[in-house]
Amino acid sequence: MYRYDEFDHQFVQARVAQFSDQVERRLAGEITEDQFRPLRLMNGVYLQLHAYMLRIAVPYGTLSSKQLRMLAHIARKYDKGYGHFTTRQNIQFNWPALSDIPAILADLASVEMHAIQTSGNCIRNVTADHFAGAAADEAADPRPYAEILRQWSSVHPEFSYLPRKFKIAVTGAERDRAAIQTHDIGLHLKKNAAGELGFAVYVGGGQGRTPLVAKKIRDFLPEEHLLSYCTAILRVYNLYGRRDNKYKARIKILVHETGVEEFTRQVEAEWAELKDGELTLPEADIKAIDAYFAPPVLPARPEGDEAIKLARLDSRSFSEWLDQNVVTHRNPDYAAVTISLKGIGEVPGDASDSQMDAVADLAEKYAFDELRVSHEQNLILPHVARADLKAIYDRLAEIGLATANSDLISDIIACPGLDYCALANARSIIVAQNISKRFASLERQRDIGELKLKISGCINACGHHHVGHIGILGVEKKGAELYQVTLGGSADEHTSVGEIIGRGFGPDEITDAIETVVETYLAIRLDRSEKFLDAYRRVGPAPFKEALYAGEAKAA
Amino acid sequence: MKILTANRLTDGEAVWYAGGAWAETIDSSELAADKAAEERLEAIGAASLAANEVVDVNLIDVDVVDGVIHPLRLRERIRAAGPTNRNDLGKQARPKAA
Repeated sequence: MYRYDEFDHQFVQARVAQFSDQVERRLAGEITEDQFRPLRLMNGVYLQLHAYMLRIAVPYGTLSSKQLRMLAHIARKYDKGYGHFTTRQNIQFNWPALSDIPAILADLASVEMHAIQTSGNCIRNVTADHFAGAAADEAADPRPYAEILRQWSSVHPEFSYLPRKFKIAVTGAERDRAAIQTHDIGLHLKKNAAGELGFAVYVGGGQGRTPLVAKKIRDFLPEEHLLSYCTAILRVYNLYGRRDNKYKARIKILVHETGVEEFTRQVEAEWAELKDGELTLPEADIKAIDAYFAPPVLPARPEGDEAIKLARLDSRSFSEWLDQNVVTHRNPDYAAVTISLKGIGEVPGDASDSQMDAVADLAEKYAFDELRVSHEQNLILPHVARADLKAIYDRLAEIGLATANSDLISDIIACPGLDYCALANARSIIVAQNISKRFASLERQRDIGELKLKISGCINACGHHHVGHIGILGVEKKGAELYQVTLGGSADEHTSVGEIIGRGFGPDEITDAIETVVETYLAIRLDRSEKFLDAYRRVGPAPFKEALYAGEAKAA
Repeated sequence: MKILTANRLTDGEAVWYAGGAWAETIDSSELAADKAAEERLEAIGAASLAANEVVDVNLIDVDVVDGVIHPLRLRERIRAAGPTNRNDLGKQARPKAA
């Protein structure tokens, strides 16, 4: 894992001191809310419906046990005993007092964490494949480059007041688990024919009110040019991105309105000025950062296969969890484990302080002290010996985190929605809970197969509804909640934006509507191997519309 | 009818203007039934914001049914009670005043 050097420590400490002073001056009435608001946002402090909210950065989703324990401590001491993991691999606390935030930030700094650039019109937390460094299918670990981007973008003087927020994601595998095509910049780390590392560069993806899939503007950017090329993209955006209209200010609009060809030409022209200059990454520096991410030494544990075979016979629930939540590791004696934060009827992404402590203990005991937060709002143990899987499962079952539903319909992404969020128009959590309960049977979920359901409580799309196989968007219509359903979205290497299927559904109707969509899929699929998304892409919306609305047309 | 609401500066607690001060529950909020009363509440809100007592000051629409104040928007009903998915959190979780 990355460890702060002296400069990082000083930088974060200085920011804690600076923001503590700003909070003190605000509480003393020396600065107004208008003056304070941009300052607090730059430090991750929002005002929500019930209280302030603090969003803490988890760079590229990587955490140590010690850091997760500190998050548990913060939940216990300053909040209400739980935290909410987000779709940017961060964590949010929903109830902190403003007056406590300096102390929270000091606690975070003691474990090399902070809340810098988790809000505001700057480059946000860089996200990465949650299986980075463990996945069997990756060309290289993308996190060293995410860390280089973090260092470069932290309080970058030129890019701290962009037209709008800016999000970067990096993956190191062909199979995209980091949703890079929904980002302002998406980077796919890969090797060329000569075995050299570089990036396919995607620009202008995003969700919100204008969902657009990113365009590839370069197929192979040698790794040493990462910063000069990103700088060129951001310069073009900073210069030409719209500042007159918040809803047209993201780079996706600029790319769309300029045209990919002309936008690429502008980037390449800017890059020609920057290329081979001071932003070129020296090989020694890349290696130095790489060294921080060196994989743990994984001792041979060949007894895993036999142990698993016996444990499977002994426990059906373990066997199901193994099939659903455990994925192949590049080392055959090991595996990567998804700890579902989507228990049936639970709040997607929420974990209690005691659960966080228990998971931290598991990571320390069995997983080389390393954890990940996934953008799908789960926790990951990236490196565990297959021989230890049963012990891990047993402990997860004790703390209520052994739900075997990874990638199934109850593994729902949901934003906090109107239960917490000041921007929301409708609730998300309760919709997720009701759907989860409706499909509570794991047997039924497994029969349905891979199905990514994503819910947002407003058009800002924090719940990624546009790229859900089934997406649900909550709106407010005539003072009541209404839920629009989109079908056919996806956030992988074949990213697509879902299509609105028809009129929306009330809170009492939406669960039935989702069940109708699922039953329609089950009726039309060629066989069990045809996933929901593949079936939708084959047949289109017609049978789903028919199933959802045909009765109405006849009645009318 | 309208009432005046805000969040307290120090801890973000949702508060409503009632009887010369900010209260942590909506029940006894001062009602504005006409334009003049609304303007009076707005002035109180602006002064309280300027005095750094509260932030995010708003007048909201309510109905009064059998003496009980009901905000028209779900958003405001959730602010007054707490998250609908967890009744152990927010104001709904606190002991009722006698």
